[in-house]
Amino acid sequence: MTTNWIAIGHIDDIPLRGARCVKTPDGKIAVFRTAENEVFAIEDQCPHKGGPLSQGIVHGRAVTCPLHNFVISLESGRALGADEGEVRTIPVRNIDGQLSIAFEAAALVAAE
Amino acid sequence: MTNLGAQKLVIIGNGMAPGRMLEHLFEQAPGLYDVTIFNAEPRVNYDRIMLSPVLSGEKTFEDIIIHGDGWYIENNVTLYKGHRIVEINRQARTVTSDHGVTESYDKLVIATGSVPFIIPVPGKDLPGVITYRDLDDVDAMLLAAQSREKAIVIGGGLLGLEAAAGLALRGMDVTVLHVMPTLMERQLDPAAGYLLQKAVEERGIKVITKANTKRIIGTDRVEGIELDNGTIIPATLVVMAVGIRPNAGLAKDAGLAVNRGIVVDAGMQSSDGDILAVGECAEVDGMVYGLVAPLYEMARVAAAHLAGDTKPAFVHSDTPTKLKVTGINLFSLGDFADGDDREEIVLRDATAGIYKRVVIKDNRIIGTVLYGETSDGAWFNDLKKKGTDISAMRDTLIFGQSFQGGAPLDPMAAVAALPDDAEICGCNGICKGKITSTITAKGLTTLDGVRAHTKASASCGSCTGLVEQLMSLTLGDAYNPAAVTPMCTCTELGHDDVRRLIKAKGLKSIPAVMQELEWKTSCGCAKCRPALNYYLVCDWPDEYADDYQSRFINERVHANIQKDGTYSVVPRMWGGVTSAAELRAIADVVDKFEIPMVKVTGGQRIDLLGVEKEDLPAVWADLGKAGFVSGQAYAKGLRTVKTCVGSDWCRFGTQDSTGLGIRIEKFMWGSWTPAKLKLAVSGCPRNCAEATCKDIGVICVDSGFEIHFAGAAGLDIKGTDVLGLVKTEDEALEHIVALTQMYREQARYLERIYKWAKRIGHDEIRRQIMEDHDKRRAYYERFVFSQKFAQVDPWSERVSGKDKHEFKPMAAVGFHQAAE
Ligand SMILES: Cc1cc2nc3c(=O)[nH]c(=O)nc-3n(C[C@H](O)[C@H](O)[C@H](O)COP(=O)(O)OP(=O)(O)OC[C@H]3O[C@@H](n4cnc5c(N)ncnc54)[C@H](O)[C@@H]3O)c2cc1C
Ligand code: SF4
Ligand code: SF4
Ligand code: FES
Repeated sequence: MTTNWIAIGHIDDIPLRGARCVKTPDGKIAVFRTAENEVFAIEDQCPHKGGPLSQGIVHGRAVTCPLHNFVISLESGRALGADEGEVRTIPVRNIDGQLSIAFEAAALVAAE
Repeated sequence: MTNLGAQKLVIIGNGMAPGRMLEHLFEQAPGLYDVTIFNAEPRVNYDRIMLSPVLSGEKTFEDIIIHGDGWYIENNVTLYKGHRIVEINRQARTVTSDHGVTESYDKLVIATGSVPFIIPVPGKDLPGVITYRDLDDVDAMLLAAQSREKAIVIGGGLLGLEAAAGLALRGMDVTVLHVMPTLMERQLDPAAGYLLQKAVEERGIKVITKANTKRIIGTDRVEGIELDNGTIIPATLVVMAVGIRPNAGLAKDAGLAVNRGIVVDAGMQSSDGDILAVGECAEVDGMVYGLVAPLYEMARVAAAHLAGDTKPAFVHSDTPTKLKVTGINLFSLGDFADGDDREEIVLRDATAGIYKRVVIKDNRIIGTVLYGETSDGAWFNDLKKKGTDISAMRDTLIFGQSFQGGAPLDPMAAVAALPDDAEICGCNGICKGKITSTITAKGLTTLDGVRAHTKASASCGSCTGLVEQLMSLTLGDAYNPAAVTPMCTCTELGHDDVRRLIKAKGLKSIPAVMQELEWKTSCGCAKCRPALNYYLVCDWPDEYADDYQSRFINERVHANIQKDGTYSVVPRMWGGVTSAAELRAIADVVDKFEIPMVKVTGGQRIDLLGVEKEDLPAVWADLGKAGFVSGQAYAKGLRTVKTCVGSDWCRFGTQDSTGLGIRIEKFMWGSWTPAKLKLAVSGCPRNCAEATCKDIGVICVDSGFEIHFAGAAGLDIKGTDVLGLVKTEDEALEHIVALTQMYREQARYLERIYKWAKRIGHDEIRRQIMEDHDKRRAYYERFVFSQKFAQVDPWSERVSGKDKHEFKPMAAVGFHQAAE
């Protein structure tokens, strides 16, 4: 199982306190940029009913799902507060603004 | 219109005292007099006390008007605005204004107020040196404050400190010069004066005490001040607030007895039997007054005498002083000088910044100073007024009412324990019993209702807390003012406070709000950010840059997200009217983008459901070519204006309901509102457009347009209430727009019109929109101004490339590797 770093673009392609998605055969990945210029990537699927997290409002290190307001931690992928659920987090590397995400070959094979 | 047989009453000056006098007079003896008023200030009667909140931005001038133009018309009063009376001719019984208008009187009331005292130093007449008395002074200060330069306020009394606080909030660098060793020395003892000085300095205002002004420096305009000790302080604005003098010159010239003020007896009669004087210009029993409570008492007495009842007589009473600077609590009453025959009880709590002092003579309270914690003010005032013997509670007196009689009472119990005749509102002299009985008799449920019916808390507002407590006592759970629900977990403040402070502090960005109002999180949450963004868009339409990252996804991408992550698209169909060309364009778009569902909505337009996000700009481009703009079906903003076919087609139609609906929609589209806003216009009372369950509806009738509001047909169902009937389409539009703007400015985010209206009272809304012409016009104009920035079609903007990133994935990865 090897980790490939795959370039996805520049940090400035994402608005501050915003997100963009990356399409993969495995479903969409949401890449977030916080007010503090940190970048996180998580699966773009709310643990509640699959809402697109990339479309939510980003605050602190969390995003609120646009469908029914689950608040998901960008760091851990876990639902915060009283709600329960978890999404997969994906490692991101930021080198001088050039972003890449870690892609596990094994996961891809399994996804096929 | 003159009233045959009526006597002629002429009033000089249109301030708070004669305004109140007329209210009493019209109640007691309607039609007895034909009233003419001359006012040197070119405006209606307003609440002078509240000029400081206007200066600081917490209120607008419209908010503090007491009698709008409509009131004068209704009561048949002729008001000469901007006319200064220059002569009273007692032989001819006439007065003459500086514009040459002469009017004869049977009875004359002089109510010329006071003039600010100007210290006679060189430079006092330079431009940039002003006083603080009326709206023109506030406007001059606001203009000067735009420079953000240095200002000096001479005078550390009530007026001076309010001016200083207002100017500092407006961004000026302010220094207060005070001639005495401590601030407000006439109302506060030195210890409280010291605490006050600290609090003033914490607001970034410099205070120099024992400061004697030698001269004001400047050639063409003011450049600074030189003190006696040679210190020079630069400034571009100097406000003199060193005291007032009764304005009695005119009376003196007419040969009336004048001492410090115009000498009147306890019935407000001057030395001429047909001339009365009320307000700050009057002197009763050797005393002149500068606070409204005694002036209102004069007004009551004068009205009775004018109405023919000569029994009421003016009696002196002390009025508590309060400073109206947000965040500084201060209460002072009566006499508190040291003396051998007096004893005092003092309580200090340095960490909490509290200081309390009660001065006692012969076991009775004669003076009270409270700083930092003033809730017992009403109780002390009551004890003093009644001359209650306090020996039994001497040991606990200073801890306040809640400590008397064993276990500490909570604040509610303390208010409950006040006797019915305890004074709650000092300005208007309203006691507890009057408030509670009016709440019950009139079924009042809102603070505004209580203000309207009793006048309590309607002048300086510092008794608002007490009035609210009385309301919850009287109404039980039906009213709960203490429980301000915070906006969200990021702050303790409720929506209303946040809205008020955004205006008051001039906060113009989300980070500024969060910083100044001490948000507990670094960048808010999904509850407060959209609310703040709306408040800022509404309050600063020309200055605030909309923060799209703080909008819900629907408003960010201008389409409605559906449960599967696709979007729905609804183009505007003005008034629900469409055409073959439009329908053809829609059909083509549906085919081209293989849109799975086409549905007619409840708002008389067509919804295209299941559009992929990436396709949105292309769909909009095609719709745009056919002339469509966004229907904003996703917006907390103007949604639809439903119409019926009206007089053009329907045999029952009374007016062109379709045309009016389209006109309203074209006028109001693009505006953001606290929650969605849906309108309808029906051509007759058969109401085919279902206007009576809308946020705002119109029912056309033969005589005009009946405007409805505050309906609901969602989670709650509620028929509308009638706002009023207007004659023309133009008026209908103006009233609807003004109502919308009032709602935009006052409601909490996500609060529909019917909830907001319930909270603030339907009568109050009717009063402001139907009766108060000035207010309605001002709302209307603010809406029109904000539309200049709001009416941009978001779809065409995005077709031309705005926010491209929203509609495309950042990258597509893994497909190649996966295929390997
Ligand atoms: C900034 C500020 C804050 C205040 N705060 C408080 C407070 O917290 N509590 C409180 O109790 N009081 C307060 N006051 C005082 C209160 O506002 C006054 O006591 C009250 O308004 C006086 O009312 P009046 O009717 O006697 O005179 P005014 O309201 O002064 O009205 C007099 C009017 O007569 C007009 N006039 C004068 N001469 C002529 C003429 N020859 N012909 C025609 N018209 C003429 C003037 O233009 C003026 O409009 C405050 C005052 C100011 C300025
Ligand atoms: S509301 Fe009246 S005018 Fe309009 S369609 Fe119905 S019946 Fe006709
Ligand atoms: S009524 Fe309920 S289910 Fe139907 S569209 Fe509205 S929110 Fe959705
Ligand atoms: S799908 Fe995210 S909260 Fe329901």
